[in-house]
Amino acid sequence: MKQSRTARVFSSPAIDQVGVVERAKRFTARSIKSQAKREGLGMVLSMIDLTTLEGMDTEGKVKQLCYKAQHLHDSIDGLPNVAAVCVYPNFVGLAKRSLAGSGIKVASVATAFPSGNSSLEIKLADVSMAVSEGADEIDMVISRGRFHGGEYHFVFDEIAAVKAACGESRLKTILETGELGSLDKVRLASDIAIAAGADFIKTSTGKIQPAATMPVTLVMLEAIRDHFQKTGLMVGMKPAGGISKAKLALHYLIMVKETLGDDWLDPKWFRFGASSLANDVLMQISKQQTGAYQAANYFAID
Amino acid sequence: MTQKNNNWNLSPAPESTGHISLKKHYGVFIAGEFRTPEHGNRFPSVNPSTGEVLAEITESSLEEVDQAVAAARAAYTAEWSKMGGKERGKYLYRLARMLQEKSREFAVIESLDGGKPIRESRDVDVPLAAAHLFYYAGWADKLSYAFPNRIPRPLGVAGQIIPWNFPLLMAAWKIAPALATGNTVVLKPAETTSLTALKLAELIQEAGFPPGVVNVVTGHGNVGASIVNHDDVDKVAFTGSTEVGKMIQKAIAGTSKRCTLELGGKAANIVFDDAAVDQAVEGIVNGIYFNQGHVCCAGSRLFVQESIHDELIEKLKRRMGTLIVGDPMDKNTDVGAINSQQQLATIEQYIEVGKQEGAEFYQPDCELPKVGFWCRPTLFTDVAQSNRIAQEEIFGPVLAVQTFRTIAEVIKKANNTPYGLSAGVWTDKGSKIFNMTSQMKAGVVWANTYNLFDPTSPFGGFKESGFGREGGLHGLSAYLEI
Repeated sequence: MKQSRTARVFSSPAIDQVGVVERAKRFTARSIKSQAKREGLGMVLSMIDLTTLEGMDTEGKVKQLCYKAQHLHDSIDGLPNVAAVCVYPNFVGLAKRSLAGSGIKVASVATAFPSGNSSLEIKLADVSMAVSEGADEIDMVISRGRFHGGEYHFVFDEIAAVKAACGESRLKTILETGELGSLDKVRLASDIAIAAGADFIKTSTGKIQPAATMPVTLVMLEAIRDHFQKTGLMVGMKPAGGISKAKLALHYLIMVKETLGDDWLDPKWFRFGASSLANDVLMQISKQQTGAYQAANYFAID
Repeated sequence: MTQKNNNWNLSPAPESTGHISLKKHYGVFIAGEFRTPEHGNRFPSVNPSTGEVLAEITESSLEEVDQAVAAARAAYTAEWSKMGGKERGKYLYRLARMLQEKSREFAVIESLDGGKPIRESRDVDVPLAAAHLFYYAGWADKLSYAFPNRIPRPLGVAGQIIPWNFPLLMAAWKIAPALATGNTVVLKPAETTSLTALKLAELIQEAGFPPGVVNVVTGHGNVGASIVNHDDVDKVAFTGSTEVGKMIQKAIAGTSKRCTLELGGKAANIVFDDAAVDQAVEGIVNGIYFNQGHVCCAGSRLFVQESIHDELIEKLKRRMGTLIVGDPMDKNTDVGAINSQQQLATIEQYIEVGKQEGAEFYQPDCELPKVGFWCRPTLFTDVAQSNRIAQEEIFGPVLAVQTFRTIAEVIKKANNTPYGLSAGVWTDKGSKIFNMTSQMKAGVVWANTYNLFDPTSPFGGFKESGFGREGGLHGLSAYLEI
């Protein structure tokens, strides 16, 4: 019997799904007004990983995205830059050159993204390529099939090996929570990823529905908090996919604040993986400044 | 735009109060009209978060109680008891809908008058009150199905006395089943929180109920006593303290009056080591700090299995630190104002008792407004069953934490109280839930949740927490001869 012993070695606290959903809903009852809203919207922008992960990605597309990352909306003064641009490994070099001097990080998905179905050697080669091209951050996927098979040691070892291959680059570990089936499994996968050395845990690839949700993110934040309580070490969080509205993003920040504290309200420790969120945030910021909503066409799509 | 990534604090988000309509002073509501008695005795209704007087309320005399009971009797005999259930149901449905339409006004007045956070009055009190009216409206023409092979008959005039912790919700809990079953009502709200009951009377008037079906008299305890002692009252329904409940039982001994009492509590909220701890923490907070702990079914005794005590208390303290205490009208407030100066004094006295008894005291470090009545969420650990703070109902945001080792031990401790209104059990194991719930002597036992209410679910106590049930089918039988 494969691995039945490891199933017992890894155990995580129980999660009550109903309670998590209720708590997550409570964050959305927070009313974020005036100054808090202005500050919050700025924070959201600074935490965005602007992403393009398509089969049809081209140099042109990546260049345009990198330009957008540095010029979110030039008619508003003092806007922050986004945190990072997230691309496939073969565009890392180009993104790096396009963003030179901007302070914006380049993140690359790797490890046979999005399915993760390949050998460890190939995954590590994928990571090494991205790292050697200059990726500041690596977004890996865990082997969900092995995870569902109860092979938690395998999942752990793989993350640890990828972490070693990352060198100085920070590792984000994508759990693909939409494929995990329950919040108990989300918690277990979070604990394994954190124990194996992930610098960030991330909900989704964006290729599977549902992607990030507030309940799933809350469970992952609680795993981060418990780890911090035990070790004093911070781990970052990145919900990805499904967050396209500024209001929802602000509620995520409330959730981070009330679960982890203000220290995590920093692009170093919290990110949004999103492509269309930035423009909704810009629309809200512009509304705050001018008092009127502008049409979507006033905001460049990339 | 400045970027400030540390200490992101919420800005004030006050609910507006401009849309409400309050009169300067309120008379009593008798036979479908507001009457101002000649004696002119009034007392102020005060906003506990500011000390501001919201309106003047009539201190009813025996005469007004007499008139109210007479009006209720006349309406009962002439019309309401004879009306078909379907027609009674229509009136109740109408009232429920009108309450929904004016829910914002009711929520604001409830928070102004009682001090509870607007989030709670908006999301809990008012919607639940409407839900109770809808629920019992549905039963009005189905009583023979509720009690097959019986001929359910109304009792007559019901005298109903309600507390200050959920003023509108308790009014709805009382009025809805009474009217659905064909009884008429004389209602007395608590003296500190009469406004939403009077606003409800305005709605009843507007809804065109036959005059006298619902009458509202206001005032202090002696007004309640006059209702209880009135010869022409057939049924007394009371929600409030155990002390007054006992007085009522003595007063009606030897009469044919029917009675239901929903009294105090000192609920055990029990957390096992296999529970989902973060969600349990949420339930503990909701159990004791909801409505500033002014809840008869509050989970005021926390029992934690010893092996997870430290972890749980650490998490609980952390969560308490995120509670926002202050202006009830701010949409982000979690814990509002204590209902009255008198209640604040009681709570503070118990906190002193707890300290003197040697329990470990903890309050989060949050700022309180300068005026008004406030109490920080309070936690006592290292509490023993023999401590007064573990035995007596405090009716405030004060939690007493005890530890236990085995299931048998915690059941014994949980039941070792004169009260028996509610309890909570937190465990990931279904079989343990059923084992526990069948052995707890409490009217309501919540599993992996707390303070969750639904009109279909009966609510009421064991032992000194009272008798009779409100809500569900059980709530109907309290107003029927079957």
